[in-house]
Amino acid sequence: MAQKPIILSAEETVSARRELFRRKFMAFAFVSPLLLFLLFAFVAPISTMLYRSFYNPTVAVLIPQTIAAMKTWEGKSVPGTDVTAVFAAELKQLAKKRLSGQLAEALNRVRPGLSSIVKSTARKMRRAEDADLKEKGTELLMEANGVWAEKSTWRAVARAGKVYTVDNFLTALDLETNESGSIQRREATQIYVALYTKTLRIALIITVLSLLLGYPLAYYLANAPSKLANALMLMVLLPFWTSLLVRTTSWIALLQTNGVVNSTLIWSGLIDTPLELLYTQFSTVIAMTHILLPFMILPLYSVMKGIDPSYMRAALSMGSKPVPAFIRIYLPMSLPGLSAGALLVFIISVGYYITPALVGGTDGQMISNIIAFHMQQSNNWELAAALGTLLLILIVALYWTYDRLVGAGNIKLG
Amino acid sequence: MKPMKQLRNLILGAAALLAGAAGQQAAAESLTAVSFGGAYGAAQKKHMIDPYMAKSGNKILFEDYKGGIAEIKAQVKAGNILWDVVDIEVIDLERACSEGLLEVIPRSILPPGEDGTPAIKDFIPAALANECGVGVIVWTIIYAYNEKTIGGNKPSTIADFFDTKKFPGKRAMRKRPQVNMEWALIADGVAPGEVYKVMATKEGQARALAKLDTIKKDIVWFDSWSQAPQLLNDGGAVMVQSANGRIFDAIKKDKKPFTMVWDNHVYDLDVWAVVKGTKKKKMAFDFISFATGTKPLSGMTDVAYGPTRKSSGKYIDPAVVPNLPTSYLDKGVKADGIFWADFGESLGEKFNEWLLK
Amino acid sequence: MSKFPHYFSIWDKASHYGLKWTAWAVLFFLMLPILVIIPLSFNVEPYFTFTDGMLRLDPDAYSLRWYKEIFSDDKWVLAIQNSFFIGIFAALLATVIGTVAAVGLSRPEMPFKRLITALLLSPMIVPLIIIAAGMFFFYTRFNLVGSYLGLIIAHATLGTPFVIITVTAALTGFDRSLYNAALSAGAAPLKAFWDIVVPLIRPGVISGGLFAFVTSFDEVVLVLFLAGPGQRTIPKQMFSGLREQINPTILAVATLLIVVSVAFLMTLEFLRRRAERIRSGQ
Repeated sequence: MAQKPIILSAEETVSARRELFRRKFMAFAFVSPLLLFLLFAFVAPISTMLYRSFYNPTVAVLIPQTIAAMKTWEGKSVPGTDVTAVFAAELKQLAKKRLSGQLAEALNRVRPGLSSIVKSTARKMRRAEDADLKEKGTELLMEANGVWAEKSTWRAVARAGKVYTVDNFLTALDLETNESGSIQRREATQIYVALYTKTLRIALIITVLSLLLGYPLAYYLANAPSKLANALMLMVLLPFWTSLLVRTTSWIALLQTNGVVNSTLIWSGLIDTPLELLYTQFSTVIAMTHILLPFMILPLYSVMKGIDPSYMRAALSMGSKPVPAFIRIYLPMSLPGLSAGALLVFIISVGYYITPALVGGTDGQMISNIIAFHMQQSNNWELAAALGTLLLILIVALYWTYDRLVGAGNIKLG
Repeated sequence: MKPMKQLRNLILGAAALLAGAAGQQAAAESLTAVSFGGAYGAAQKKHMIDPYMAKSGNKILFEDYKGGIAEIKAQVKAGNILWDVVDIEVIDLERACSEGLLEVIPRSILPPGEDGTPAIKDFIPAALANECGVGVIVWTIIYAYNEKTIGGNKPSTIADFFDTKKFPGKRAMRKRPQVNMEWALIADGVAPGEVYKVMATKEGQARALAKLDTIKKDIVWFDSWSQAPQLLNDGGAVMVQSANGRIFDAIKKDKKPFTMVWDNHVYDLDVWAVVKGTKKKKMAFDFISFATGTKPLSGMTDVAYGPTRKSSGKYIDPAVVPNLPTSYLDKGVKADGIFWADFGESLGEKFNEWLLK
Repeated sequence: MSKFPHYFSIWDKASHYGLKWTAWAVLFFLMLPILVIIPLSFNVEPYFTFTDGMLRLDPDAYSLRWYKEIFSDDKWVLAIQNSFFIGIFAALLATVIGTVAAVGLSRPEMPFKRLITALLLSPMIVPLIIIAAGMFFFYTRFNLVGSYLGLIIAHATLGTPFVIITVTAALTGFDRSLYNAALSAGAAPLKAFWDIVVPLIRPGVISGGLFAFVTSFDEVVLVLFLAGPGQRTIPKQMFSGLREQINPTILAVATLLIVVSVAFLMTLEFLRRRAERIRSGQ
């Protein structure tokens, strides 16, 4: 049917625009309460974490005068008595207020080993008279410990005194700055890059495993009679909606030294002594695959349901063998579900915390666990924030890919 | 309008419920006390927490933690105090106190012993040595083995604990450097009296970690003391490092075939301390003064921990005395809180790096 | 007569059976942990393993001891209360603002739709540990750490994406002209919304609310970072139990939670069928 072009007058255009704007505004107004809520409850917290990763005020707040006096110091030799005596006096004040521990902790992060020296020096300064400190603070400091006569110590103090720093990111990437100020690989134990690699590797293994297990099941379900398929689908959905902790608990019962798996294996005569299954990387991978498998099956299933079986039939009747026909025809058609499932499983497993924490032992720990460790055990919140920021960047990149490929709005909930 | 009304009712109802819950929280004066759980926690609940609640009418939320200062530090650092009273090991106390994480406890709050001895004289000196704590128990860290799984050869020294050739199998240790590094050096031949001097040097620290390295793949790490007897029981390990009371309790109450090895045990005290900045300081002090009285302290011998008041002696069952750490002091090493106050930070970091390696 | 067409080779037949057996094996893998935990929770012994007596089906080897333990332990009782309290309020909050947002989001005129959808759904994707760390830093400033309100807000954040997804799904295919007709007939927008849109999306809203509730009910990472001693929840109690003192009470709780998820799944299935009926009825 041919349509007559509609010509709007100028007023009509204006009012149509106004109407469109009004509708846009209305739609936005509906969304805005949630946006504001998320801004406070979700976006602001994450921004705070990002900020924390390079905001580092501790030392500058604890020894402000020393840091101010060091402004003009060029780092070529041990700073003069204008700095060292001030430092000795501030150390005494800190010891009196029981804050020297905080300083020790912060300096120790820049230069491992300084903590015990700062603490013992602070204790000695506390015993000194104020007048003595004023007169010969430098001497008292040097007497307390030899490291105060090394310029590298003072370089560490200056570094720790910077309020904004990228040091946490350097540590998170196993890097450090050397004497001359250039960046090099960390000399001490390197941990984090290896941990990121391990996390990605575990996530990849889990994704591949879920694919290997999920694809045949989804295919079987999609082609089974619908009554059977619906009943069997419940067997996928029930574990999916069963508490994570319940499933993890169950894996502990299954995999522990005298657990169900080991007892069964011993009873069947396959092994004599129990295998070490729990608290390993293996248990992390198995339990997480179990937990994430439905995330693979559900999108695969819904895509496969939509594949018209007549394509395959046509190929077969035209003489193609089933397996090659499957690879050439069915597999490409199921690719959207496959990529959606695989990406989702990968994204979720990269940031997983609970299961590795409970069944992973030392070997099965992932990056989230080390972030939690720095939040709760070592209290190095700045490093935790930097590690978290890197993880977030990774996740956002993956999520962006997912959104491009699948569309974030298409996440399936069964 | 109907929808509006429904919505309003819903919101009002929700608000009322929320306010109710909040009010409930505020109405009952409640104190949060935190300790180590397991058999020790049960003894504290029986002899300190429950009697105090009955006597004062205050409510106590009695929580478990796994020791260390990290959680206290996080609360103080964030300015969000969730705990009031904490049972803390003296090996950590010095550090917590010097880092400003604990309140100073005035000695004047402590009642005299039942026999009238002033508190200052009634407590053993170590119990009041640090101004932030009041001693609760004298306890020690030993290792124990399970007669059923150890085999024909029985270990008897710390060196045996590190000898995987003679005594194959997993060893369970608490996941922190304290005591593990001391034992590593002793097993490596350092005289017990020299341990802390050696450990203050870089070479000594490297030596301790190197010794631990020799058994690293045979170590099962645990976080909380209550896991130690479990690991020994369910076959997770053939030897476990443990607080003596846990093993004593498993032997006595559950008739487990465990044997303790007292060679170079590292003995220490536990104290009650108050987290800095708590809003319930007064109540916390009130609880501590009750809980460190003659009678409540004597109850700790239920799990073979020595009381810190001399006047508690008369309540002790003589049969328990040979099991108290105080009967083995000549074989033991005193845990050095001052050393760990200075080195806890840097050795903690080194230890964790070593773990992840 | 052969079950297979003549052109099937042995290899093809094998792969057919292979597929079937693989599928069943995977289903077994999925169900195994759930099936194992239920009988273990009736173990009379304090272990996580099947005893000889249990395998012989000796009635003395089974008991309700751990179930009694749950309800006589103050900590578990408090945890159960808290889990429901926090879960219900978090779900209410998430459902109300999530539903309203979903209505706006599914309007064709919604500006920056793709970007905003991605943002609104991101709490599902960002690792919990990052959310937990961020919330710990930020909520501390408002004294929300160690409070019920803080946990309710935190859990509502996690619940909103589910509400958005289910309500948006219920709204697809919704005929806007109905709503517009009501408006032009003189109905107030809110009343028109309540009378026309709400009945249609109700199944979606309820299942979204259920998802939000379950999300909160099952969540532990945020609780570990944000809860005070008074706010212990079931998952937190399980988590610390598994880390410290492994005890079959956890198995009994786990079994009860499985019952809850079965009930939940049945409700969802019921809602799904109803939604289908409503839609096909139009």
